[in-house]
Amino acid sequence: MSSTTPRPKLSQLCELCHCRKAMIKRPKNLQKICKLCFYNVFETEIHNTIVNNKLFYPGERIAVGASGGKDSTVLAYILKLLNERYNYGVEIVLLSIDEGIVGYRDDSLATVKRNKEQYNLPLEIVSYKDLYNWSMDEIVSCAGIRNSCTYCGVLRRQALDRGAAKLGINHVVTGHNADDMAETVLMNLLRGDVARLEKSTTIMTSSSGSPIKRSKPFKYSYQKEIVLYAHYKKLDYFSTECTYAPEAFRGTTRELMKNLEAIRPSCIIDIIHSGENFVLREKKIRQQFRKNPPKQSTESKGGPINEEIEVRADGSISLNKKGFVDGNRCEKCGYLSSNKICKACMLLEGLEMNRAKISIDNNESIDGAAKVVRTLEQLTF
Amino acid sequence: MGLPIKLEFLYYKIDLPQNEDGSPSTVADLIKFIVDTMIKDPKDVEVFLENGTIRPGILTLINDTDWELEGEEGYELEAGDVIAFTSTLHGG
Repeated sequence: MSSTTPRPKLSQLCELCHCRKAMIKRPKNLQKICKLCFYNVFETEIHNTIVNNKLFYPGERIAVGASGGKDSTVLAYILKLLNERYNYGVEIVLLSIDEGIVGYRDDSLATVKRNKEQYNLPLEIVSYKDLYNWSMDEIVSCAGIRNSCTYCGVLRRQALDRGAAKLGINHVVTGHNADDMAETVLMNLLRGDVARLEKSTTIMTSSSGSPIKRSKPFKYSYQKEIVLYAHYKKLDYFSTECTYAPEAFRGTTRELMKNLEAIRPSCIIDIIHSGENFVLREKKIRQQFRKNPPKQSTESKGGPINEEIEVRADGSISLNKKGFVDGNRCEKCGYLSSNKICKACMLLEGLEMNRAKISIDNNESIDGAAKVVRTLEQLTF
Repeated sequence: MGLPIKLEFLYYKIDLPQNEDGSPSTVADLIKFIVDTMIKDPKDVEVFLENGTIRPGILTLINDTDWELEGEEGYELEAGDVIAFTSTLHGG
């Protein structure tokens, strides 16, 4: 027996450099590549995504939505790296939201604080409690665990906007990856939500009730590769899931996606590709079926349907498909909103009413967990 | 509730018992060992396994190499091998 490390067989070599042992099988194209080639292709693909979609301009200040999870940690790391390597000339700030979820967010925020030091980037934290006078834990004990993602999503979107506005930044970059996007496409497809389906794959959204644009440089990056990158680079990230379970429908869709991916790894990118090519039929054809078109139908795509709110993978939300109406502000909080009262204020108003009559529980759909929390809460008094 | 097990066996050093018939131990044997002896709550098994193998969504690395390149469950373990199970699930 020889004590030296066995030399890899020819069939085990990296398909790109042909000299090192392959360690990764890329889900995108099943290519077997080594660690160094992986770093190179992974980073270059993101750089190409940024350049081809003109995500940034020189001198721009961007806020990375940093949760401490692997996606946003890798995003912060890579953006800093690419910014230095390719001279984007952007200024990067970490922006974190403290939803107030004990045992989850407090720990992940500690990670973000370490990232701040590790990457030498400024960090801003805005909390739900400060902004809305409600922490997520309080909201769940009042409104039930079932709706936690809905509340959290609406509030987080506005919190990110407010955080960015506070920093004088109007571009928030998030770590949404290819898996997230495919999941959203699939969800909209399964729900028959064609209006959102058409828009769910756009890499940069500049107006949906918010003056601050959002972009997703990881749109084409597989979750698997992001995890591998974080693992190989030994990045410091927080890997626990939110203590409040994801929305049931999304959870099931996610499972479906993971199973599909196991059979056919390219399906994630294929679903995104399909999503990108969905185009809704011209609205004229759709409108002739309506006898009394709503007054604003000429400018709004699809009419009344769009009053529904959209909660995306990260829980971000789009208010109204009409787009952002300039100068219109929420009557309650004064925040820019395309409606009279912004979505966050509407939800908070409902919560305040609930807080008053917390003992009267007529919502039987609420899960047991929330009820337990509520009972416990009353016990402590 | 949350994530019942943290699959970072990177930090566990285990002595995998030899197979009774003397055949070389494989990753399949290791998985069986983990399920039988290390996972205490039977409900947690399904977080780790699906249809008898590692769940899709858990990334398995053998000495930092994707296990897909090493023969997955059929890989024959050697002393000192490092097997890592990493969840690709969200931490939002």
